[in-house]
Amino acid sequence: MIPSSAVSGVGANHVQIQADDFSRMNNQANNVSEDHITISEVVFSRGRRRIFDGISLNVPRGKIVGIMGPSGTGKTTLLRLIGGQLRPERGIVEVDGRRIPQLSRKELFDVRKSMGMLFQSGALFTDLSVFDNVAFPLRIHTDLPDDMIRDLVLIKLQSVGLRGASELFPSELSGGMNRRVALARAVALDPRLIMYDEPFSGLDPIALGVVVQLIKTLNHVFGMTSIIVSHDIHETASIADLIYVISDGKVIGSGAPEELFKQDTPRVQQFIKGLPDGPVPFHYPATDFRDQLLNHDSLNHSAFR
Amino acid sequence: MLASIRQLGQNGIDLITALGRAGNIWWQAIWRRPRLANAHLVFRQIYQLGVLSVVITVLSGFSIGAVLALQGYNQLVKYGSESALGLGVALVLVMEIGPVVSGLLFAGRAGSAVTAEIGLMKATEQLSSMEMIGVDPLQRIVAPRLWAGFISMPILALMFSVVGIWGSSLIGVDWLGVYEGAFWSAMQDGVDFKSHVLKGIIKSVVFGLIVTWIAVYQGYEAEPTSEGISRATTRTVVHSSVAVLVLDFFLTLVMFNF
Repeated sequence: MIPSSAVSGVGANHVQIQADDFSRMNNQANNVSEDHITISEVVFSRGRRRIFDGISLNVPRGKIVGIMGPSGTGKTTLLRLIGGQLRPERGIVEVDGRRIPQLSRKELFDVRKSMGMLFQSGALFTDLSVFDNVAFPLRIHTDLPDDMIRDLVLIKLQSVGLRGASELFPSELSGGMNRRVALARAVALDPRLIMYDEPFSGLDPIALGVVVQLIKTLNHVFGMTSIIVSHDIHETASIADLIYVISDGKVIGSGAPEELFKQDTPRVQQFIKGLPDGPVPFHYPATDFRDQLLNHDSLNHSAFR
Repeated sequence: MLASIRQLGQNGIDLITALGRAGNIWWQAIWRRPRLANAHLVFRQIYQLGVLSVVITVLSGFSIGAVLALQGYNQLVKYGSESALGLGVALVLVMEIGPVVSGLLFAGRAGSAVTAEIGLMKATEQLSSMEMIGVDPLQRIVAPRLWAGFISMPILALMFSVVGIWGSSLIGVDWLGVYEGAFWSAMQDGVDFKSHVLKGIIKSVVFGLIVTWIAVYQGYEAEPTSEGISRATTRTVVHSSVAVLVLDFFLTLVMFNF
């Protein structure tokens, strides 16, 4: 319910906007079990290499979901499949009930307005200032007047602690600041879904703590569904409601963080404990080491020349 | 033998695929959904591609005009026809050298810059992030550059020719002593707008389109690594230069009724 005091004394349009927002939040609160994203039996290959071999997982609405797994297992690829930047060979990728691979280019760009994505590199536009980077989606997708866009951008920058850096350019920012500006831009349109690609990598402990806290706060305040692709087990586990561990193109373990830590699947345990060797081998497939050392004919690799 | 045939077939498939992808970029960027709202981006690119190419175009135009005057005078004076110097230089510049050399310069300066810029945007995930924001990079990044190339190139070619003619008059008239009246009047009588100047402009429009198209395609399809961007930039200059020279032959063949 919307308290009447919350909407009194403001214009009619504003009341409508607030009412819609509250209504949406209430709906989300009532439908927490509903899946925001459904991935079913997805098959995807790059060249001859099969990345996903019938992977299936669901992302509940309004939750923080961690996608974890060894390097090269296709975690970022999974985000790109959800965002429609890649198309699967087979299977279903459904966001908010819409089948992403079946959408036309125009429909896809429309759907993406309700998604935000934080890229590993930040991916800020280098020819725009911090302010203009955050204002970019608002200027493109809304007809708001300039002074309102200015206020919204300042609010977003304040929420990531970088209002004072609004006039700087990306080249003048540290890695952590870059990531925070990218986060402000990703949530500029208040998306219903936000995807984080390795949000913790390469950050110093302070910046790491800030980003972890920001992700958690944004999720709770705006009720958005969050997907975190990461290697950082402890940071992800500290905020995730649900974690999927993927390897060899499939989900090998899933559950709430505390449940996952208790699972006795060797692959999951190897990943969680950070063991160098196990079901996921330390060595890339190769011929016998002894044979290769003794067989000098094999020294025809360009690296030995 | 079989391997060679297979390789030949693969190369053919690769070529057709590349043409298809390049055509798709063209279609998506220009013809399918042109947007007036992006006009300011076109003006910015006209500055980047056109205005910033003016210095190199003017310097080259002046040098080539001056050299044509020197070489032309040497030959014409043997037959006492040095008064035709202005006409000869003007026709060569307006119909051939102006569009072709400015096209080559445009490929080297602006084309390489476009490829490197788009390639780097791809490598730093700026194109991907734009897509995820719900903005089509083909409209936002590629289309303004295509339009800017289309608009800038004929203006640059005309500048090249005008400065070249001025350079040739400085050498021919002011230095070598060709009679000024004959120099300019022969040019006025012999150079026709429709038959000569317009055909030069048409050539430069085609060159502008093809060079920018190759540049944006190479940037958009570049492998997102430093080596990939370097290779794409080189390919832009090589492919554009060859395309300008080959197209010049065919355009001359068609437009001048051979």
